[in-house]
Amino acid sequence: MTTAEDTLEAVAARIRTHVVDMCAGPEGGHLGGALSCVEVLSALYFSVLRVDPRQPGHPDRDRFLLSKGHAALALYATLAERGFFPVGELAGYGRPGSRLMGHPVRAVPGVELPTGSLGHGLALSCGFALANRYAGRDSRSFVLLGDGELQEGSVWEAAIAAASLRLDRLVAVVDRNGLQLTGPAERIAPMEPLAERWRSFGWAVREVDGHDAIRLADHLAAAPWEPGRPSVLIARTVKGHGLSFLAGRTDSHYVTLSPRNHARALAALAATDAAR
Amino acid sequence: MSRAVREAYRDCLLSLLDRHPEVICLDTDTGLFRPEHVSAAGDQYLNLGIAEHNLMGIAAGMAACGRTPFVNTMAAFATSRALEAIKIDIAYNRLPVRIMATHGGLAAGHLGPTHQALEDLAVLRVLPGMTVVVPVDATATEAFVAQSLSLPGPLYVRLDRKPSPPLPPAPAPVIGRAQTLRPGGDVVLACCGPYPTLACLAAADTLAGHGIETAVLNLHTVRPLDTEALIDAARAAALVVTVEEHWCGGGLGGAVTEALAEAAPTKVLRLGMPDQFADAVGNQEYLLTYYDITAERIVTMVRTALDATARFGTH
Ligand SMILES: Cc1ncc(C[n+]2csc(CCOP(=O)(O)OP(=O)(O)O)c2C)c(N)n1
Ligand SMILES: [Mg+2]
Repeated sequence: MTTAEDTLEAVAARIRTHVVDMCAGPEGGHLGGALSCVEVLSALYFSVLRVDPRQPGHPDRDRFLLSKGHAALALYATLAERGFFPVGELAGYGRPGSRLMGHPVRAVPGVELPTGSLGHGLALSCGFALANRYAGRDSRSFVLLGDGELQEGSVWEAAIAAASLRLDRLVAVVDRNGLQLTGPAERIAPMEPLAERWRSFGWAVREVDGHDAIRLADHLAAAPWEPGRPSVLIARTVKGHGLSFLAGRTDSHYVTLSPRNHARALAALAATDAAR
Repeated sequence: MSRAVREAYRDCLLSLLDRHPEVICLDTDTGLFRPEHVSAAGDQYLNLGIAEHNLMGIAAGMAACGRTPFVNTMAAFATSRALEAIKIDIAYNRLPVRIMATHGGLAAGHLGPTHQALEDLAVLRVLPGMTVVVPVDATATEAFVAQSLSLPGPLYVRLDRKPSPPLPPAPAPVIGRAQTLRPGGDVVLACCGPYPTLACLAAADTLAGHGIETAVLNLHTVRPLDTEALIDAARAAALVVTVEEHWCGGGLGGAVTEALAEAAPTKVLRLGMPDQFADAVGNQEYLLTYYDITAERIVTMVRTALDATARFGTH
C-alpha cells in the first residue's frame, strides 16, 4: 500500500502492460476502455480501498464493482498486482482452463459479483451500501461506470434510489472517455452537462483528470463529500490512454493485437515510462 | 467457413431498404452496421444508444404507426433485459417488430454468461403470436428476412456471431416449415442452429454405419413448430433426440416434447446446455465440446437408448 506518486504511477504502468499483453492473446480484448480506467483502479486498489488480498471476503472490506464489466482486463491486472492472485495467471486470459473470462466472474479472487451486461452495477452497489448500513458497518462501496453505459435507464433508477436512501457511503466513478462502441457518446446520446445531471439527481459531484492517480485517490479517499448524499466522481479520461496509435479512437474499443502491434504498443508504453 | 449470419442479415436488409420505405433499422451501439452501412441506409437507420428496453418500446411505437422496425441487439440483452417491452408493447399488440438477436446460444464464447443466450428460445416461444426462428446459415437468414416482410406479427431471429462451417445443400428454407435434411427410419434427430445441425448430420452418418437409419429435421422455426412434419417423422421412429445450443429446458426440446406428448407420444431425449451457467472459459466451439453438445454424444445417446429399448422391449 502506498500513496507515493512514483509508486502509483509505476503500478499503473505495470497494469497497462498486462492489459496490452492480454489483448495480444487469441481472443483479443476490450483494450480502449480498459486503458482509460487504469489510474482509477490503481488509485482505488493501491490507496483507497480497505481490502486485504489474503482475506478477500472480509466482512468489513470496502466493496468495488466494475459495472463496465468489459474492462475486466484492467480489473484482473489490478487484482493480480495487488496480490489477489498470481500475476502469472494473467497469461491465461480467455483461454481454456483459465478462470479469467471476458467479463468478471466470481471465480476470480477479489471479484464481488459478475458484470458485463451494462447498467447493473449501480443498483448492485446500492444494495451493498444498504446492507452495510443495516449491519452498522462503515465500509464504503465503490462502482465504476462507463459513460456510454449511462444510456441504460437502470443506471438512473439506481441513481434515484441512492439519493433517496441517502447512501452517502456509496461512491460512483464515471469513466468519461467520451467514446462508446460505435463512436462519440455525445453524438449518440448527449449527456452534458453531465455533472449538472447527477447533481439534479441529488448526488454530490466532482470532476477530475482521470489519469492523475494522486488526485483521483485524494477525491475518492475524502468521500462522502456532502453528508447524506452519494458521491460521483466524473473522471475525464482518454480511451486507449497510453497508446498513441489508438488513444481517443473508436476502434480502440475491442482489439486483437497482432504481434507487430503488440510490439508497437509495448514500445509506446516503454517510451512513456522513460519520459516520466 | 461460410458467411456470418449476422452480416448476411445486415447486407440483406440494406438491399431491401429502397423498395421498402416502411422498414427502419434501430440499433443499440452494437457495431454490426459499420459507418459505410450506416450511410448507405440513410434515414432508415438509427443508433439509439445502449438502451435495449427503450429500443423495444420505441420499435413498438413506430410499428404501431405503420413502420416495420428491424431492431439489433445481442440475444442475451434482447431476451432477458428487454422482455417486458417485448411481451407487453410488442407481442400483446401483435406488432411487426423484427428482433434481430446476435450472439445466440454460446456464440459469445469467452465473454461469459452475461453475454451468452441459453434461454431465449424458451422465453420467447411462450409469448402468444411470436414467431421464433434460428437460421442455420446465410441463405436461411436472407430467406427469413425477405419472408418477414409479409409476416403480420412479431418475429425473433436468433443469429450466430461468427461464420460456421458450411452445410450440405438443403430444401429452400421457409418460416414455419421444417426442413428434412436426411430421411430416416428408426430415429429422428431434431435440431436448430448451425452447430447442432452439423452435429446431427455427422451423428446420422455414424449411426448409419451402425445400421441405424436416422432422420435429421431442421426445426429452424421453434414457434410455430411444424408439428405435422415432426409427427410424420416421429410416427415411424422409436426415438426422437432434440439438439440445440440452449439450456435443456423449454427451448426446442421443450417444444418438441410438448407437441409429441399430446399428439404422438414418442420417447424424446434432449441434448443442450446442462442446467448451469457456463463456468468454462473458451470460444464457442470449445464450449460446445466442453459441455458435450457433439455428434459423439448424440451417437452415444441414441445407441444407449435403442439398446435399452431392445432389452426391455418397450417399443
Ligand atoms: C446491456 C448491454 N448492452 C450492450 C453491451 C455491449 N457493449 C459492451 S461495451 C459497450 C460500449 C460501452 O461504452 P462505455 O460505457 O462508454 O464503455 P468504455 O468506453 O469505457 O469502453 C457496449 C455497447 C453490453 N455489454 N451490455
Ligand atoms: Mg466510454
